[in-house]
Parts: sequence; C-alpha cells; structure tokens
Amino acid sequence: MSAPEVTSARRAPALRLLTAAALRLWYLLALPAALILLWWWAGAVSGMYYLSSPDVIAATFAEVWFGERFLVDALPSVARLLGGFALAAVLGVALGVGLGLSPRLRALTEPVLEFLRAIPPPVLVPLLMLLAGVSTGMKLLVIVSGCIWPILLNTIEGVRAVDPVLADTCRCYGIGRRRRLTTLILRSASPQIMAGLRQALSIAIILMVISEMFASSSGLGFTIVQFQRSFAIPEMWTGIVLLGLIGFLLSVLFQLVEKRVLAWYNGVRAATRGE
Amino acid sequence: MTAAMTDNAPATPAAGPTAEAGPSRAARATSRLGTTALGLTGIAGFLLLWEVVPRIGLVSADYLPPASQVLVALAERLTLPRLWVALLDTVIGWGLGLLIATVAAVVLGFAVGSLPLLRRLTASTVEFLRPIPSVALIPLAVLLYATDIRSTLLLVVYAAFWQIYIQVLYGVADVDPVAEQTARSFGLGRLARIRHVVWPSALPYVLTGFRLGAAVALILAITAQLIIGSPGLGKEIAVAQSSGAVAAVYALVILTGALGVIVNIGVRALERRLLHWHTSVRGENVA
Repeated sequence: MSAPEVTSARRAPALRLLTAAALRLWYLLALPAALILLWWWAGAVSGMYYLSSPDVIAATFAEVWFGERFLVDALPSVARLLGGFALAAVLGVALGVGLGLSPRLRALTEPVLEFLRAIPPPVLVPLLMLLAGVSTGMKLLVIVSGCIWPILLNTIEGVRAVDPVLADTCRCYGIGRRRRLTTLILRSASPQIMAGLRQALSIAIILMVISEMFASSSGLGFTIVQFQRSFAIPEMWTGIVLLGLIGFLLSVLFQLVEKRVLAWYNGVRAATRGE
Repeated sequence: MTAAMTDNAPATPAAGPTAEAGPSRAARATSRLGTTALGLTGIAGFLLLWEVVPRIGLVSADYLPPASQVLVALAERLTLPRLWVALLDTVIGWGLGLLIATVAAVVLGFAVGSLPLLRRLTASTVEFLRPIPSVALIPLAVLLYATDIRSTLLLVVYAAFWQIYIQVLYGVADVDPVAEQTARSFGLGRLARIRHVVWPSALPYVLTGFRLGAAVALILAITAQLIIGSPGLGKEIAVAQSSGAVAAVYALVILTGALGVIVNIGVRALERRLLHWHTSVRGENVA
C-alpha cells in the first residue's frame, strides 16, 4: 500500500470502509438484480405460460415448501443424499487407501475399476431397482454406487503420490502403522481426496433427484415431476429453485469444510509461490 | 478462492502411466507385462465372480443374470439396427451438447476472464448458478421440448458449460505476467496477445474442463434419455427395464460403460496430442 493511500485511510477510515463495502455489495448484487428484473419483464411481455414471474414463484415457494411437504419430501431426500454421500466417502477412502498402498492389488483391480467408473451412474437406477426394489435402501445404494468412484480413484492417486522421502523418514523413525496412516498418508492424500469428494457431491445430488424421479412416491424429485405432470407451473418452478438452493448451500458448506481441512495445504502452496 | 483453484485445476492431471525411473528398458517392459497380466486376471476374476454368484444362488438369477447370459444378450442386441440407432442418438446428443457448451464457455470465459470488471460483476451469479444440479431442469426441459433431442441438449449444455467455463476463467487468470508484459513490450496487440500468450497458457485448463465436461455430458445425455424418454441408450434401458428384460438391462449398462471408457480414452488422447509441449505431458515432474 502506498503512502498517500495510508494517509487518506487515516483521515476518513469509516468513509473508506463504507465505500468499499458499498462497492462490494454492488458487484455482488448488480447482475443478479438485473437478471431478476429481466426475468420479470420477459414474463410480463411475452406472456409465456411456462415462465412464471419471480414474485409469483416467491409467493408460491412459501406456500408449497414451508409446511408439511418440507418434512415429508424435502428433508428425507436431503437426509438420503447426505447419508449416501457419507457412506460412499467412508467406503471410498478406506478402499482407496488399501488399494493405493498395494501395487499388486491395484494392478489387479485397475481395469475393472476404470470400467465401473466409466458407467454413467444414472443407469444404475433401473439396475438397482431390479436388485433392491423401490426402497430407501435402493436409493441409498444408488447414491453410494454412483459417487464412490471419484472418491475411490482420487484416494488411490493421492495415496500413490505420497512423498517417498517422507515415507522413508517415517519408517526410519519407527512410526507405527496407525500413526503413519493418520499423519502421513491420509494427510498427504487429502487434497486429492477432497477433489474426489467434491465431484462425488454433485453426482450425489443428481442421483438423489433421479432415483426419486424414476421410481418413487415421495421425495423432492418425485414432487417436482408431479407438479410438472399436473401443469402446476409456479409450483414446479419452486421445486427447481429449491433444488438449486440445496445445490448451492451444499457447495458453500463443502467449501467451508475444505478450507479448514486443507488449510495446511493452501498455506504450503502460498509459501512456495512466495506470497 | 485458492482452495477452489487448486482442486479444480491440476489436482486431477491426466493420470496416465507416470514415467517412473526404472532400472532398464527390459525390466520396465516385463513389469508392464506383469501389470497387464494382473489386470487381465482381475477382469477374468470379476467375470467369474459375476458368473458364479447367481449360479450358486447367492443372488437370484432373476435379478442378476450370470455374466455369460448378459454377454450373449449384448451380442444379440449388437446385431439389431435399433441399438445402433440408439447409440448414434446418444453420441449425437452428447457430442452436439458438448460442442455447444465448449464454444460458449471458451468464448464467454475469455471475454469475462480478460475484463476484470466483468469478472467481478458476474462472480456472484456464476457462483450461484454453477452448483445448481442440471437435473433440476428436467421438468422444464419436458415442458419446453418434450422428448425431443433438444431436451437432452438443454441438460447436457447446462451441465458441461459450467465445468469448462470455470476452468477457462482459471486458465485466463493463470497467464504468466512476465510473458504478458514481454508480449506487450514487443508491441503485440490485444488479439495477438490472446492468440500467442493467453490461449496457450489457458489451453491446459480448457482441456481439463473439456475432460470433466465430456464425462458430465455423457452422464446427463443418458439421464435425459432415461428420465425424459428422448431417444437414445438411456431410453432403451428404461424400456428394457419396464419390460422385464433383465439381461438386456445389464447388457445396455455395460454398453454405456464401454461408451464411457471410449470417451475417457479419447479425451485423454486429445489432451496428450494438443498439449505435447506441456510439462504434464512431457513427463517431467509436476508437483
């Protein structure tokens, strides 16, 4: 920061802070506000049946989702999503560490895993419906079997890439298996694991919605399709908005967790870049 | 910001066989041969397990037909023109959607990325729109386009666009300032700078985005066909499932997997070809 800036900051710190905040707010809200206005205008001018105007959607949103439906449809869906994701994370990391540490096992399973990963997860919905019927278990299974692959394969890559010098050092100092696993292996693989988890999270949302759209009698996906089939257009839009909000919130939450977990890594990177 | 950057960009590099410093060429060849053999053993073991589990009744063969039956069903289907039409529909929906998304993302990404004001203005909107799962648009697609290929395209483009766009933004931001200033000193104009400095620096990111986008596009193409019923492999799966042709469902799932593998391999090859000059491909150590 140069000298004149410092003095001006000293002269009127409150004013400066206020302008900076106002500018940030402007950058944050200008485009969204413009887009909503545009939406409004388009809805009013074109008179398109499918384009509900934002105020109608907002009013309907409160009506539709603040009530029983939130408890019956939305909450269980999100719970399944998180449960499936957590299960896939535990399984993926555990298997990934095992496979990553053993080159032979890796060579044995790699082609099969690459193939299984390449299957687009949504096709597992009809398949698992055959195996497990239409049940909560099936929906969980769909989510787990779809989002385990990025976690598993990224964990394997991360474990493989553990710095050999660090590994040797651990061995020299006689550090036990468990310590080695928690402080060395999982730590150094964590950037990759987090990248895998992030991919898995977006797949998990897709699969939650699809498993409910394809075969179910409750849940978010089912409700939204139901609205669309009965041409309840504003209600359908509220469903889309709710799914969008869930996606957005989960991604924000994930970023917060990631920032915490990878604080050391970002610090190291910043240091090597000389910042 | 940094967290997002580190993970999206080089955290998942082309995970090919990294050149490990082996003792000799012959030894390396034998070890590679050993790896291939082990891999083949793995595939054989997987198929064997799949064959045995339903045969001894661990899982009813009604729900999990043995591998041999599925493979026979697959071979039978492969002789039908209907399947090839569906496959073509899927590939067209995927390819066209990916093409539209790539062009839009690269053009917009370069425009927004090189103008800081635009970038700041759009940041909040992008951060909000990006995580919206594109399956949320399914009802809208149905209302607008019914089972037309356009409903597939809507989902594919929306999903693939963000993957590529974000990478392009990172790529444009990652241009080496020294190279940029050098180009300026040599009197290169804006367009020439984009062509000779920004484009090559951003290309690895563009291709990473393209690779992620290609995989997501395939997922969404098949999803649209499965749920909406637009023509393609997904629809075939839904039809087979509702008509109780269990072996056919498995056969089609294997086919989509094969398609996925081909897409992965193809994109990796493209990456290696276009980035033959880049360190990640030349095989030097990239941290």
